[in-house]
Amino acid sequence: MLVWCPDWPVIAAGIVDGVPVHGPVAVLAANRVIACSEAARREGVRRGLRKREAQGRCPRLTVVEHDPARDARAFEPVVAAVEELAPGVEVVRPGACALAARGPSRYFGSEERAAERIVEHVAQACVVEAQVGVADGVFAAGLAARAGRLIPPGGTAGFLADLSISTVDRPPLVDLLRRLGIGTLGRFAALPPADVLARFGLDAALAQRMAAGLDERPLAARQPPPDLDVSQTFDEPLERVDAAAFAARQLAQRLHDRLAGHGLACTRLGIVAVTEHGEELHRTWRHDGLLDAAAIAERLRWQLDGWLSGTGRLAKPTAGILRLRLVPDGLLAHAGFQLGLWGDAGQERERAHRALTRVQGMLGPEAVLTAVPGGGRNPVDQVRLVPWGDERLPARPGAAPASDGPDPTGAAPSGVGPTGAAPPWPGRLPAPSPATVPPEPLPATVFDPYGAPVRVNGRLAMSGAPSSLALDRGQPVEITGWAGPWPVEERWWAPDEADRRVRFQVCLADGRAMLLSLSSGCWWVIGVYD
Amino acid sequence: MAGIVALRRQLDEARRAPASAGDTGAGPVGRTTTLIRDAGLSGLVRPASAHAGEVAGTGGDRVLPVLPELRYLLPAGGLRRGSTVAVTPGHTSVLLALLVAASAAGSWCAVVGMPALGAMAAAELGIALDRLALVPHPGPEWPAVVGALLDGLDLVVAAPPGPVSAALSGRLAARARQRGSVLVPYARWTGADVVLDSPGGGWEGLDSGHGRLRRRFLTITAHGRGAAARSREVTVWLPGNLGRLTPAVPTEPLRPAQPPVLVAV
Repeated sequence: MLVWCPDWPVIAAGIVDGVPVHGPVAVLAANRVIACSEAARREGVRRGLRKREAQGRCPRLTVVEHDPARDARAFEPVVAAVEELAPGVEVVRPGACALAARGPSRYFGSEERAAERIVEHVAQACVVEAQVGVADGVFAAGLAARAGRLIPPGGTAGFLADLSISTVDRPPLVDLLRRLGIGTLGRFAALPPADVLARFGLDAALAQRMAAGLDERPLAARQPPPDLDVSQTFDEPLERVDAAAFAARQLAQRLHDRLAGHGLACTRLGIVAVTEHGEELHRTWRHDGLLDAAAIAERLRWQLDGWLSGTGRLAKPTAGILRLRLVPDGLLAHAGFQLGLWGDAGQERERAHRALTRVQGMLGPEAVLTAVPGGGRNPVDQVRLVPWGDERLPARPGAAPASDGPDPTGAAPSGVGPTGAAPPWPGRLPAPSPATVPPEPLPATVFDPYGAPVRVNGRLAMSGAPSSLALDRGQPVEITGWAGPWPVEERWWAPDEADRRVRFQVCLADGRAMLLSLSSGCWWVIGVYD
Repeated sequence: MAGIVALRRQLDEARRAPASAGDTGAGPVGRTTTLIRDAGLSGLVRPASAHAGEVAGTGGDRVLPVLPELRYLLPAGGLRRGSTVAVTPGHTSVLLALLVAASAAGSWCAVVGMPALGAMAAAELGIALDRLALVPHPGPEWPAVVGALLDGLDLVVAAPPGPVSAALSGRLAARARQRGSVLVPYARWTGADVVLDSPGGGWEGLDSGHGRLRRRFLTITAHGRGAAARSREVTVWLPGNLGRLTPAVPTEPLRPAQPPVLVAV
């Protein structure tokens, strides 16, 4: 028995991308139409047409690029709907799935009834039109589904005999057989099998068996994904952390056993705790190595510790914990122990990691950060802060280490590093970098000797020499040395992200040095060299 | 050998009879010094505290290394595990310079409560960023966070949001002592073993309209209690030409070539 959804790539585009499937739609792969909607077919669009030809026949045609992943993703609910009625479903391709007919037909009374129920259920559950065909073998069932027929047992060879040879989806072989005068599956099946094997090869011999209705490959039934969550409901709500931790240990051991039984390991772990009053705490833990039972128990303990003792940002729960659930995520085949991503696996690292994960349990995973140096022209862009335990990837490809040679003075400052893969980031400031980089720039004003604010025009001409600096309406401090303006204009092609500014370094009379930036007439302190 | 045994006996006698020897005016300590001088051992006998520096020089386990330019400031010649070394707020570079050598030697560091820390500057000074954890916003529970970090990390910098009570600072210092970590408060801190202060310095390389910031000479002073009671001072380039700390050349005299000779007491 085969369940077939006509024009699946078009339907999938409608489900996932919201393409209007009732209008003319064509799905193209490599500039050829591979599927089209009913409306487009009425206009004369056919499979195999070029894009230009198809659009010539139907000017209103909506063209969608083919995406096998989208098709497969959209088909998953259909398979699930079929599985609700009958077990052992094999996905032949996105848009078609096969199942053994005997079970459902006996359960529902007859093949017709089973087919009706399946079509109806798929239509109700997924709002998708489906057709069912029954025959001996997947190949014949597919053709029966297109014809909407239920072939009784033993009638398959007769059903196939009159069909065109082109249904054997092998264009070179079909072309050759046509030229030999063989136009139907029946005549192809009538050839001596040994001669077909000798003349056309193994693939053609298989095609001939299919044409004769002898396709007896058993179904490779899909295994529903195993349910790996473990949960435990307590009769007495847990009020104390040590009681919860004791339960966590058992739960972690169960999860570990279950994962090990499937030969899997998890890289992320969701821990869900539900209180008697329905409050739920869910937190996902990351781990750079693989979690073992003790690690899972420890994390659960920390999380509960932080929650039950009321520290951290979450409100203290009003009742004891009723249910605990562990949801493994990021599963992968357990291929032995993986060495630390941080390079230096050792006792020190282990201790540090435990302490930091503990702080993450108190404040949340985003509270403990690690800085990753990257590329950029301004101090705040050069560092990306990633949560502890996440992969340390820079926001932008990093620059080569700063060298002493280039000097940013002049109109085009440059910090060109040694040749290599690292981009040069011209215009970035050379070392030393400011030791204090305010997360939000601080407003400031720079005055010239006459007390007027200093401005810089489009040609980088300054209205006066900087003479004093006032921080956020404070008292002006005399500037003893300054350099600039060093212009930088970033992402001018994207209006939303465009950033045009000039930068100055100034030394103040009280010994401080600052990095200032001027954009649209406003001065900001973007770094303090302290 | 026989000489040493004789000297020991003399020392014991001197210690046992302090009252009867009151007429000379010198206590037992004075007599010990005299004895050592008489035996010609002035160069060989040193107080126990002088050995701590040697241990630091050989990378002893109880002392975390600091940059050679800062060694003179700290009585142990490094960051003694379990101690509290406070840095008076004002110069973040001093704080970073204190972490550099330990971080480069493989220690794990954490900085709590400093959202504006310039990580690029830290990297330029030589701190390993992959062993530096940042907790920028610890919230009102910052003592618990610092305590948890002291359990597992070698160096924990704590910048509290406000004044810290003596009881709390004592509790955190005790935690550090118990765990063998070094607590580095970036605040005014009562009861610190050493307090580093930087009264001032000046930048070089910037003129009116041209040049760029190149280096800064900075005077760092240290005072504290116990072995650090006497205040010490060095002047260094921080950051230096390449962002790294280099000893100050023009104002070299401030830093003695050798630590002052300590006399056995």
